[in-house]
Amino acid sequence: MIRDQETLGQLIDGIARFVRERLVPAEAELAETYNIPESIVQDMRDIGLFGLTIPEAYGGLGLTMEEEVLVAFELGQTSPAFRSLIGTNNGIGSASIVFDGTEAQKQRYLPRYATGELIGSFCLTEPDVGSDAASVKTTAKKDGDHYVINGTKRFITNAPIAGTFTVMARTNPEIKGARGVSAFIVDATSSGVTVGPKDKKMGQAGSHTADVIFDDVRVPAENLIGGKEGEGFITSMKVLDRGRLHISAVSVGIAERLIDDALRFAMERQQFGKPIAEHQMIQAMLADCKTEAYAARCMVLDAARKKDLGQQVATEASCCKLFATEMVGRVADKAVQIHGGSGYIAEYAVERFYRDVRLFRLYEGTSEIQRIVIARNMVKAAS
Amino acid sequence: MKILVAVKRVVDYNVKVRPKSDGTDVDIANVKMSINPFCEIAVEEAVRLKEKGVATEIIAISMGPKQAQEQVRTALALGADRGILVESDEDLQPLAIAKMLKAIVEKESPDLVILGKQAIDGDNNQTGQMLGALTSMPQGTFASEVNVADGRVSVTREIDGGLQTVNLSLPAIVTTDLRLNEPRYASLPNIMKAKRKPMDTFTPEDLGVDATPRVKTLSVEPPAERKAGIKVADVAELVDKLKNEAKVI
Repeated sequence: MIRDQETLGQLIDGIARFVRERLVPAEAELAETYNIPESIVQDMRDIGLFGLTIPEAYGGLGLTMEEEVLVAFELGQTSPAFRSLIGTNNGIGSASIVFDGTEAQKQRYLPRYATGELIGSFCLTEPDVGSDAASVKTTAKKDGDHYVINGTKRFITNAPIAGTFTVMARTNPEIKGARGVSAFIVDATSSGVTVGPKDKKMGQAGSHTADVIFDDVRVPAENLIGGKEGEGFITSMKVLDRGRLHISAVSVGIAERLIDDALRFAMERQQFGKPIAEHQMIQAMLADCKTEAYAARCMVLDAARKKDLGQQVATEASCCKLFATEMVGRVADKAVQIHGGSGYIAEYAVERFYRDVRLFRLYEGTSEIQRIVIARNMVKAAS
Repeated sequence: MKILVAVKRVVDYNVKVRPKSDGTDVDIANVKMSINPFCEIAVEEAVRLKEKGVATEIIAISMGPKQAQEQVRTALALGADRGILVESDEDLQPLAIAKMLKAIVEKESPDLVILGKQAIDGDNNQTGQMLGALTSMPQGTFASEVNVADGRVSVTREIDGGLQTVNLSLPAIVTTDLRLNEPRYASLPNIMKAKRKPMDTFTPEDLGVDATPRVKTLSVEPPAERKAGIKVADVAELVDKLKNEAKVI
């Protein structure tokens, strides 16, 4: 749902221009230094990119799902590390408070997430807890008007710069599954919180993940999200569809960027006396990429609109995530192929994107988990 | 202090323009339109004057088809307080625009009118100067620096061979050059808020101006394609060709 076409058009234009003029020229530096220059981070704060999904009442833009995916198509046109920096505040890092936080929690944190003053990070994954997310081992024990948290969280995006962590911890060891898990807002400066060294990754240089270790961290009971035990995991699942559609849209954006790069290369590169874009096998690759990217774009928009209409889109969101992230992998592979030997050289962006996009099939639910969700929902609906 | 800032809707500077197949005009069907870059600099300067506490109100004005309100909204998102659109589907030319701006100046009595020195579509570089002539306001064109103090504005102008500073009594007209400032990006929350800022709409008739075009475009053609070059064996051959074939030395 688009609330106002003209305003959204201006918003998208503004973001597209920022991406083109500020972010794309900084890609190579980012890849080399593994760091987003502070001036760019400040610009991202100034134009309001950290508050895309935070409700307007708390200083954000309150984008609808359709608006958000249209924005994500644009953000996908550059290195995903830029999007990753704003990703947690606009998604899992703030969502639990947006959905189920008490009014006091909302007032306290959301305006600062929206401006980017505070980075919110989300701690669910653990060394032994990945796809089986409800088996959280980190514990939170009630002690007077505090909870004491113990455990290790893994691959935590933006952990090295986080101001707060939304931590999933088991408050009831009797209940093994999701219902035993609660969500807490933990100040990153709390005593007992240690952020490990930045993980060395295959791609997405400049997007930082790390272990976060909680060693007898005392958290005031008022930081229990929603003020109720056993709701944490259920809350975090509410943002799942949104996150999956967002990643799908970013995948579409990157695919379109890769196609653009590959097309431009193919029109300039001459072999056998003509641009390679005039050779049929190159044309076939270009056409296949275009078709797949367009299909994914249509899927994402359709699912986003349905979600805005209040329909259940768990199946559609998983279909989008599965198809769009696998699609961008194929497109990146063909973009490298079209570039020939140059595609293997770091000077060309396709080499970097080829490694960057590999992550999309792994996080926010692996492709295998998406297939399980889709098939289970199909069976459930038919029985 | 009140500032009137003019913004023009033009083809976005990133678009590669092409003539229509019949050569009557530039083809702007389904082409991305934006605020003229020089006008963006004008808006930025006005906003900076307001942030410094020099200006109290900024009015952004555009003239053209209904869609030109998008460019007024962009100016509002950048920091203008209210907007004016003079709506006309005519091909608006500098003299008509200057006359309509004069009518608005009489209505609003701004202390400063800031315009881009030219638009990237027509490259006319006329509107500011014509407005100066019509209103008898002093003008500082091609500004690379603007300072307002004690009821006067000092404008550093980029002229051939150097810089010239003129000191004008207000109300005055300033047209902006590229180096005056670097425009900011409109913040996303401000883009949302711009929708709620007031915008008045007029027609040329409302302002008592006959906007009929006075200049006729005969034809529009793409620039001649560059021909393939040749390699010369040595400097002597190069000089010979420059002298006798190209006849440039």
